[in-house]
Amino acid sequence: MGKIVLKSVRKSFGEVHVIPSVDLTIENGEFVVFVGPSGCGKSTLLRLIAGLEDTSAGTIEIDGKDATLLPPAKRGLAMVFQSYALYPHMTVRKNIMFPLKMAGMDIAAATKKADAAAKVLNLTSYMDRKPGQLSGGQRQRVAIGRAIVREPAAFLFDEPLSNLDAALRGNMRLEITELHQSLKTTMIYVTHDQVEAMTMADKIVVLQAGNIEQVGSPLDLYNHPANAFVAGFIGSPRMNLLEGADAAAVGAKTIGVRPEHLQISTTAGKWKGTVSVAELLGSDTFLHVNVEGHGTMTVRGAGETPLRHGDTVYLTPAEGKMHRFGTDGKNLA
Amino acid sequence: MARAVTPQRKLFFTIAAWTVALLIFFPVLWTILTSFKTEASAVASPPELLGADWTLQNYADVWARSDYPKFFLNSVIIAIGSTLLGLLIAIPAAWSMAFVPGKRTKDLLMWMLSTKMMPSAAVLIPMYLIFQRTGLFDTRFGLVLALMLMNLPVIIWMLYTYFKEIPGEILEAARMDGASLMNEVLYVLTPMAIPGIASTMLLNIILAWNEAFWTITLTTVDAAPLSAFIASFSAPQGLFYAKLSAASTMAIAPILIMGWFGQKQLVRGLTFGAVK
Repeated sequence: MGKIVLKSVRKSFGEVHVIPSVDLTIENGEFVVFVGPSGCGKSTLLRLIAGLEDTSAGTIEIDGKDATLLPPAKRGLAMVFQSYALYPHMTVRKNIMFPLKMAGMDIAAATKKADAAAKVLNLTSYMDRKPGQLSGGQRQRVAIGRAIVREPAAFLFDEPLSNLDAALRGNMRLEITELHQSLKTTMIYVTHDQVEAMTMADKIVVLQAGNIEQVGSPLDLYNHPANAFVAGFIGSPRMNLLEGADAAAVGAKTIGVRPEHLQISTTAGKWKGTVSVAELLGSDTFLHVNVEGHGTMTVRGAGETPLRHGDTVYLTPAEGKMHRFGTDGKNLA
Repeated sequence: MARAVTPQRKLFFTIAAWTVALLIFFPVLWTILTSFKTEASAVASPPELLGADWTLQNYADVWARSDYPKFFLNSVIIAIGSTLLGLLIAIPAAWSMAFVPGKRTKDLLMWMLSTKMMPSAAVLIPMYLIFQRTGLFDTRFGLVLALMLMNLPVIIWMLYTYFKEIPGEILEAARMDGASLMNEVLYVLTPMAIPGIASTMLLNIILAWNEAFWTITLTTVDAAPLSAFIASFSAPQGLFYAKLSAASTMAIAPILIMGWFGQKQLVRGLTFGAVK
């Protein structure tokens, strides 16, 4: 079980309201990702659920029980920290066994459980090493192992992959997704990386300044962003957001077109511009085009495009792929 | 780019370092040398290094004239007692300052340190009177108390610096793992802080052992430690340099040996946090 319900949860530090008021339901077994820019309150929200911070108002229910005032240890949750937070003076085995020892489990049973977790995470040959002798990816696996053995109602991940290099991050992303598929336990995952959010989540919660901007499936958010902020945040490279006469012409304050929804021509089109940078990725080419009156727009082109710096191009939004946003930033669609 | 270290440059700094080290150590070396001289050669002019007539007589005289073991025992009890009592108070204090700091924690730390800036002589009369009227004068417990209070700011500061280096996330992880406050301190914080606690202990024992102002002022016979033992040789009947040196050597030898063995720990403790 692992249903978590937040009701009007608020967190203030003195006069600063980090989380003004949040209502959110996380269903049992869901993989929920909190995403948003730095300082948007996503980590604070996770720490409130963990019990590492006290709420200023509101209630947190875990599996139908009010857990607002429970200490972290009593909430039945496990957390994986960005810095791994392993106990440096203990071996890998002792690190993984620590929660079981705290729960009063006898050593034989705890060892058995730790060994089983190590097997799942490919840590068996490192069990007698100290965390200092492990690589970043191995340390993160130990941290996950320490979380698994508790059999928690939900796992909380606080930017667990930010300290890893790009290749390892991709692997760990897969491993965590697979882990979720096999355990089927609720997972709440905090990241500022929208690629992680898109690839891992059942449900994404986009936060800005402590407020929930939108909750939905990754494709929901991609296809139907509730407002200009979500539109700009979800998707990589980010959506082109334009203001002025072009927007007014369709009755909007801002219009948005994703780089993959712009058609490129060298002869004619809606917007004329000059290529400033062509980023060749092999499979795609991202062109950064200086468009008169609109600044830089990003366009996804074919991998083998001949266009280079200084070339003149025309851009036209694909039919029905333009998003319109009102003066309050909300989607007018 | 790393700064180039030429052999000449290295030689220069090596010589400079040894010169400074010898300058600092010279008084101690001279004291030890003098302790093996006769009284006549101790005051000879120009000064003599160490003649063929070196002797152990000074040590025999000092040993015969006073009860060295008693002074030694007092020093041990006072140094270790004040350190343990200090740690007992400082560990919880430094812990709360490092992990649950309040608005005024920094001010409190600065205030504690500022008490170390006051000259001891400024509180000589009140301290003397308090000790006399409460029956603490010339007692080991009285000195343990006085030296503990004197060194408490240093102990708290050192431990605070150590605890600050322990990432809060590790303690939070322990909390998430179901550890009670007691278990968190016992299984996670203390093992990680042991090097810090050890070097704090070591430094404090040295400070307490070498303290002379209060130990001489607040004792007469019963609780007098080795600092008072040295002072007793600069008596009204005149200065006997060789015997005084022998007494000094006997007083500093134990702490010098302890410091020598603990220097690795001590250096680590004093430079902790400066480099990672």
